[in-house]
Amino acid sequence: MRDNNNKWLLLGSAAALALGTAAVASADTLDDTRERGTVQCGVSDGLPGFSAPDDEGEWQGLDVDVCRAVAAAVFGDSEAVRYISLNAVERFTALQSGEVDVLSRNTTWTATRDTTLGLNFTGVTFYDGQGFLVSKDLGISSAEELDGAAICTQSGTTTELNLADYFRANGMEFDPIVFDTSEQTVGGFEAGRCDVLTSDTSQLAALRIQLSDPNNAVILPEVISKEPLGPVVRQGDDKWFNIVKWALFAMFNAEEYGITSDNVDEMRGSEDPNIARLLGEDGNYGEAMGLDADWAYNIIKQVGNYGEAYDRNVGMDSPLEIERGLNRLWTDGGIQYAPPIR
Amino acid sequence: MPVRPKVHSLGPKPPFWRDRAKRALTFQLLLVAAVAAFLLYIIGNTQDNLAARGITTGFGFLTNTAGFGIVQSLIDYSSQSTYGRTFVVGLLNTLMVSALGILAATIIGFTVGIARLSPNWLIARLANAYIEIFRNIPLLLQIFFWYFAVLRAMPSPRDSMTLGEVAFLNVRGLFLPEPQFLSGFGFIPLAFGVAIVASIVLSIWNRRRHEATGKRLPAGWISLGLILGLPLLVLVVTGVPVTWDVPELRGFNFRGGFTVIPEFLALWLALSIYTASFIAEIVRSGIQAIPHGQTEAAQALSLPRNLVLRLVVVPQALRVIIPPLTSQYLNLIKNSSLATAIGYPDLVSVFAGTTLNQTGQAIEVITMTMAVYLTISLLVSMFMNWFNARVALVER
Repeated sequence: MRDNNNKWLLLGSAAALALGTAAVASADTLDDTRERGTVQCGVSDGLPGFSAPDDEGEWQGLDVDVCRAVAAAVFGDSEAVRYISLNAVERFTALQSGEVDVLSRNTTWTATRDTTLGLNFTGVTFYDGQGFLVSKDLGISSAEELDGAAICTQSGTTTELNLADYFRANGMEFDPIVFDTSEQTVGGFEAGRCDVLTSDTSQLAALRIQLSDPNNAVILPEVISKEPLGPVVRQGDDKWFNIVKWALFAMFNAEEYGITSDNVDEMRGSEDPNIARLLGEDGNYGEAMGLDADWAYNIIKQVGNYGEAYDRNVGMDSPLEIERGLNRLWTDGGIQYAPPIR
Repeated sequence: MPVRPKVHSLGPKPPFWRDRAKRALTFQLLLVAAVAAFLLYIIGNTQDNLAARGITTGFGFLTNTAGFGIVQSLIDYSSQSTYGRTFVVGLLNTLMVSALGILAATIIGFTVGIARLSPNWLIARLANAYIEIFRNIPLLLQIFFWYFAVLRAMPSPRDSMTLGEVAFLNVRGLFLPEPQFLSGFGFIPLAFGVAIVASIVLSIWNRRRHEATGKRLPAGWISLGLILGLPLLVLVVTGVPVTWDVPELRGFNFRGGFTVIPEFLALWLALSIYTASFIAEIVRSGIQAIPHGQTEAAQALSLPRNLVLRLVVVPQALRVIIPPLTSQYLNLIKNSSLATAIGYPDLVSVFAGTTLNQTGQAIEVITMTMAVYLTISLLVSMFMNWFNARVALVER
């Protein structure tokens, strides 16, 4: 059983913290990955669009593309990734203890997580917010009509906290039904155990298409929280922190300058100094990170820019069909914005 | 022990490494010191590691506000309560499902175990089928079966099954009327207590009289009548000082009354039925372990059949039954942590799940959780050992 394995992983991780020497904390993750030949990437236990194995068993999704981008930057090979499936509860322990090098698992950036867990968030891959999925039969059009509802949610997420806050702020009552995995949460919702399924709206879109009758479920218009989702690394290894951070920034910058996986080879001859710097034609911005000069070229060539990754996994080219919304670039009216490479 | 010649008895005292007892003591002390040093090293190393990685440690988080809801709580709980309180809520939920599970598993297990030995072919086969089916299907699957398969078959709150419009059963659980006690109700527990004391006195008196004169009263039936009848009589005399809070459908669901959540029902059923199949086999083997000659001897004394069981077979069978029964009880308590799979808010789900994730303090939370299961199991084990010592055959 996967769940049992996960429990062992959690215990193992705790044991690693207990037995491992303090020296591991300051270890050089880049050297470790090079030695191993793969990037170990913590992903979800199956969330379509973000990280889920496809019908050939290959991991696909926006979060997976971050792992691939890091591998492309480090090895020049986006396939040099070992994916480790983690549930919500065990994800931070797995990262803290070094089971994974980077956690890219639709994880909300919060103050507690950033400051008390010994972790650093490297950026935001997806600006999300919590919403509600209800059955059309209920005839409900607003979250304010949910007083007394039974609500299914996944254990160990910010969702649980937002839910309690929202209902308290609105003077309403609810029964939280908390499941271990998103699969079981959907199972509970489908069995009619609860009236409402709550999660980040992007996840609701993904979970909705897993329902046996997706057309009978609607997502309510209210978004009750800010959920900036991003990759996470361990504190104390700034070199690795920089690599993961700039792998994502390279994808944003590529989209901004119109570089795609198809035209990246032509763009290498571009006169635009921004493009020349990004692709390593002018100066070597990889060197300071311990990477090759063509680190960003490899990312764009093999994974694509942010817009490509978005459309392919969660946007209009995917079954999820989530609007870009806030996740458009700043130049298109969104808030995705990367510092310049210079 | 062989007697060794005391060759040194007149000479000087032997050095301590030649003295077997002192040598053994030394090695034991060394071992204890090594284990203690290892533990100290691990604790110190863990703290160093956590500090080096900037991870918050300590138990201070227990007084922080939890901020999440829990669907079933035996004590007052809201999202404004502390993490310490979530621990207690989870612990009580675990204890409740374990205690009720042990009770039900024991009753079902003894019934099925005895039925398995029934001379009635059909009953014995049915009991056998029960054991073979439930003993051989993994518990987690059985929990999923009761939760997802049975839950899906239940009606929605709007077309609940109902019993006389006071009790309702639907996909959200079992809704029962809750008694609200008015003033004057205090006499009823009092009457109950009086009846119990009277029953005990009666049974002692009855036994003494039986030993002295050979005459007996049907003390069991009289006691039952007392324990049920006296409180009922008081209830009627005081004018039934109880009103019922009947659940009614409002909005999404029933409000008021007393709710048994389906997660609890599924977990409790699965744990009881699964463990009962093992207990049934233990009971059967315990009874069969008593040589048939014992029964025949008792029958030869012309003891009635129920006394043969009560005075001869069961006391001896219990000696065989209790040690493995203890293991089954411990298994049931530990298996209750599978609750987390179906969302029953037990200790593992609430504390080692949500609380762990919200605070990120894995080591503290997991240590506390493991300590709880260890403590509960040791306490149960202690009680059962005490009970075993009581029923053990006293050899003279």
